[in-house]
Amino acid sequence: MIAFIVRRLLLLPLVALGVTALIFALLQFLTPAMRASLYITDPKQLNALPDIIRKYHLDQPVYVQYGDWLRQVLHGDLGWSETAREPVADAIRGFFPATLELAMYAFLCILALGIWLGTASAVNKDKLIDHLSRVTSISGASLPTFVWALLLLMVFYGHFGWFPPGRLSLDADLYVRSGKFHVYTGLMTVDALLNGQGWIFWDAVRHLVLPVATLTYYLVAVLVRITRSSMLETLRADYVRTAQAKGLPRRIVVDRHARRNALIPVITLASLLFIGLLSGVVITESVFNYPGIGRWGVGASQQLDIPAVTGFALIFAGLLVLGNLCADVLYAVVDPRIRLQ
Amino acid sequence: MSAVRTPPSPATPALPLPGSPVRPRAGERPWHRTVRRFQRNPLSVLGAAIILFFVALAVLAPVLAHPTERNPYLIPHSGYASDPRPPGPGHPLGTTEQQFDLYYGVIWGARTAFVVALTVIATAVAIALVLGSLSGYYGGRVDEIVMRVTDIVLAFPGLILAVVIVAVLGPSVRNLVIAIAAVEWPTYTRLLRGEFLRVRDMEYVQAARALGAGDFWVILRHVIPNTVYPILILASLNMGNIVITFAALSFLGLGVPPGYADWGQLINLSHNWITGTAGDPFTYWYTLVVPGAAIFLFVLGWNLLGDAFRDIFDPRLQGSR
Repeated sequence: MIAFIVRRLLLLPLVALGVTALIFALLQFLTPAMRASLYITDPKQLNALPDIIRKYHLDQPVYVQYGDWLRQVLHGDLGWSETAREPVADAIRGFFPATLELAMYAFLCILALGIWLGTASAVNKDKLIDHLSRVTSISGASLPTFVWALLLLMVFYGHFGWFPPGRLSLDADLYVRSGKFHVYTGLMTVDALLNGQGWIFWDAVRHLVLPVATLTYYLVAVLVRITRSSMLETLRADYVRTAQAKGLPRRIVVDRHARRNALIPVITLASLLFIGLLSGVVITESVFNYPGIGRWGVGASQQLDIPAVTGFALIFAGLLVLGNLCADVLYAVVDPRIRLQ
Repeated sequence: MSAVRTPPSPATPALPLPGSPVRPRAGERPWHRTVRRFQRNPLSVLGAAIILFFVALAVLAPVLAHPTERNPYLIPHSGYASDPRPPGPGHPLGTTEQQFDLYYGVIWGARTAFVVALTVIATAVAIALVLGSLSGYYGGRVDEIVMRVTDIVLAFPGLILAVVIVAVLGPSVRNLVIAIAAVEWPTYTRLLRGEFLRVRDMEYVQAARALGAGDFWVILRHVIPNTVYPILILASLNMGNIVITFAALSFLGLGVPPGYADWGQLINLSHNWITGTAGDPFTYWYTLVVPGAAIFLFVLGWNLLGDAFRDIFDPRLQGSR
């Protein structure tokens, strides 16, 4: 098992190398002058263009530039992000907890709702709840995330005014920045509780409801489908019939005997879910103006902030490898028949 | 995956495939059986109807919405007033901010959707034909390299890869197509490689080779025709997704130039107006609902149709999703 984990972790630098090499290859479509002009903020600096090109080695062959960049990264320097106005590494450190908080709550909601709805549709096959969940999953797969997100905003922010976009309201934000608020984890809901500020916790929750609902609706459909078909299969298994024949209540048979086994194939789906979650946060954060990695990455992409885009791609690639690793390990832990090699 | 279902083997070989809903009638042509299967499922008929409607929109676009600009894909706008206008004379579905006509945008947007999706699929299939045949037909080290590259690309979230590519290449319709094709080609390559592997050792291919046919001829004449249906199924399931990715990039401001007829951009133009005016939050509902409905129906149609194609052409997969 440990050998397996180590070997998979060795994949991490490999994926990172692949992703960054791809970005550097794409950058060659831009002329050195175009790339140098990104450093210019004032028309007077235009004369300095050749100097900038020389200073940042933009006229060197691609492998030299890539080597320079790698050396820089190994020294812990990911470059300067113009859109965040701080070094890329600091920007990632600042934005990451917000994204983590959003993704974490969404993941919990997806799991709870997906497994419940999948079980309920399998147990009540071809009844109302089964049809409802099928309609939900077909429409969920067809309605783009951003349309759904905007509809939610229109109704629950525009009409009711319950759930505003952003991460905190103005007064809560001022208090958090005032110095009286101690940042422990960067997760706003957790920090608010640790600081004993119930109103900030409540404010953070109000801002999280719509983004979490968006991600849940977008991703729950896949989980429902797999849980349902897996449950249908286990419900036909001999040991389930035996348990029922012994006279156990149906609820216990479903919860203890059938669902536990039905969830094993669902875990394989976790990595797919994880990929979906990473794509989902990019759009969700942009719509709800939620200050996380995704919104920063999109902003950086619009303004050709290449160091930021590279950092953004790197962190997502890393998260992905780690997420898949967790799924595989969990799979082996849950199902003792599986041996990792 | 351990959940692979093993269908019970049929009692006699003459019976139809397990799970097949329609028994072949004596003397019936295969084409008729396909149509009959198709008609049995009301959802696939609905899907086909929706797609036919969009095909009609796209084909008849110059008639339904007469272009006034030199480039018909640019939505005409009357004036530069910033706030959207509700449906009314001259603008049957209203206008967005900066007075882009929603009716024109939705209709020519259908054409954009088809052009983009079909170009992406054609590009992905072209790449897949070359790499898939090299990889599946010849195998060996090439196969190993191609498969590891597809592993890496498939493991990365498609939208984010596309965002990164567009960020570097710069936003334009052509670059969007390149970015989405760069995300989609591995799926097609893996599919084609599998088909090449399967067909390569078939007896008729060996026979052709024994008769002296060269590799190119065998691939062209015997292998590729066998891959048409799997590609059709994959492409139809893929159409909706490609259009969503395209619209998402557009929505994120990484897409087409301002005023280009594209549903994603129209939805982006509604972003500032969804809270409406004081007292009436739904004042500007049409700026979101009109393009939103267009993309929802388009994707829904393809999802229904793709499921139907899969069930018809590949009965083994029935109910597995």
